[in-house]
Amino acid sequence: MQAFEYVAAESLGEAISLLDKHGNQARILSGGTDLIVQVRENRRQVDLLVDIKKIPEFNEIFYNGSLQIGASVPCYQVYGNEDVQRLFPALVDSTSIIGGVQIQSRASIGGNLCNASPAADSIPALIALGASCVIQGPNGDRKVAVEEFCTGPGQTALSSNELLVKLVLPKPANNSSSFYLRFIPRNEMDIAVVGVGASVELSSDHKTFVSARIALGAVAATPLFAEEASNILAGQPVSEESIQTACSAAQDVARPISDMRGSAEQRKHLVGVLTKRALNGAISRIKETA
Amino acid sequence: MSRKVHVQTQINGDSIEFLCEPRQSMLEVLRDDLDLTGAKEGCNNGNCGACTIMVEGRPVNSCCMLGVEAEGSNIETIEGVASPEGLHPLQQKFLEHAALQCGICTPGFIMNAKALLESNPNPTEKEVRFWLAGNLCRCTGYDKIVRAVLDAADNGEDDL
Repeated sequence: MQAFEYVAAESLGEAISLLDKHGNQARILSGGTDLIVQVRENRRQVDLLVDIKKIPEFNEIFYNGSLQIGASVPCYQVYGNEDVQRLFPALVDSTSIIGGVQIQSRASIGGNLCNASPAADSIPALIALGASCVIQGPNGDRKVAVEEFCTGPGQTALSSNELLVKLVLPKPANNSSSFYLRFIPRNEMDIAVVGVGASVELSSDHKTFVSARIALGAVAATPLFAEEASNILAGQPVSEESIQTACSAAQDVARPISDMRGSAEQRKHLVGVLTKRALNGAISRIKETA
Repeated sequence: MSRKVHVQTQINGDSIEFLCEPRQSMLEVLRDDLDLTGAKEGCNNGNCGACTIMVEGRPVNSCCMLGVEAEGSNIETIEGVASPEGLHPLQQKFLEHAALQCGICTPGFIMNAKALLESNPNPTEKEVRFWLAGNLCRCTGYDKIVRAVLDAADNGEDDL
C-alpha cells in the first residue's frame, strides 16, 4: 500500500484543522471499508488519514425528538438501535444489507454517504426519511439535505476542509412508515442493480396518502429524490392506480446506464417494480403497527 | 516510508506492543510482524472473510483495518480460540462434519461463527447462512459448514 500518515483526532477542532492544513491530500477515516481498499488499490492518493472514530460525538446515536447519527456510527449499531427499529425501519432495511456482518461492524452510515456511490444502500433510505447532513468546517457548520449532498460518483458537497459530523432525521409523523429494498441477482453481499427507499404518511383511516418521499439508487450519477413521484401521491387514495402513477413518475426521472450489473432498460423496469414494493412495504408497516 | 507508530493492544488476552507503518493492515501486522498466521489473506478487499478477527467483540475483516487502529483495543484471533484442554466446540464440529477441505477459509468461518453463537446461541439455518454470507468457501459448497455451526449451537451452549 502507498505510504501515508495517520492521526487519530481527539476532537472535532483537531480534525478540522488537519483537513484545513492538508486539503485534498487528507481524507477522513471512519470504518475504512471503502477507503482502505481504495488507497490499497491506488484508486485514491492520500498523504494523511484522519481517524475520527475516537471522537465521542462521532459515535453517538440517539433519539430525542429527532434521530441523531454520528458520522462514525457503524451499521450494526444503526440497525440494532431500538428507536431506529421502531421509527425508521427503512434504515434497518438498508444498513443490514451493506456487506456482510464483518463490514457492518465497521462501515458507517456517514462513510456510506461520503463515499457517494450511486448504488449506496443507505442513501435512498436517508433521502426517503428526510435526513439532513450536519457539516462542519473552519468557519462554522451548515446543514445540507441528503439529496443535495452527493454531486457525482464519489463526489460530495464537502469542501476539502469540511467534514460530515452527523445525520439528523426528523421525527416521523403519526401513521407513517418507511421501507428500503434493492434488486441484486444473489441473496446478499452484492451491489444494488437498483435500490428504492420510500416513506409514506397516511390519513388516520389509512385510506388516503398524506405525503410520501421516494428515492432511487443506482439509476443516475447520484442517488435521486423522485420529487414529482413523491408529490403526486399527496391527497390521493391508497389504491393500485395512485401507486402506479407514482411508479411511472419515478421511472421518468431515472437516468440509468448499462453496465455489468444490468442494462438501462432493465433498471428502468426495476424502478417501477421496486417503487411499488417499497410503497406497499411502507403501507403494510403502517397497518401492522396501527 | 512513513514513520513507524507504536501500538499497544490486547491480543488473545495478552498485552502486546508493536511498531507498524500506518499503511500496514491489521492482517499484515498479525501475519508478518506478530507471527499470528491463522488469519488468512484471500481477496484483501473485504469480500471473502478469510481474515476475520474479533475487535471489541465484533467480527471484522482485518484486511480492511489498519494496524494503527488497534491502539487500545481488545482483539481475538483464531489462535486464541482453542484452550489448552482442547478444541473449541465449533472447531470440533467442523472436524466431525468435514466442514473444510483446503482450510484457507476455515479460520475466518470459525471466528465469524463464534461471533454469531455469542450473540445468538440458537440460530436458525437461515440466520446462520445470512450471518456467514461475508465468508467465502470454494470447496465445501457451504452446507457442511452450516451443519457444523448448527450442531455446535445445539451441543455447545454452555461452552460458547
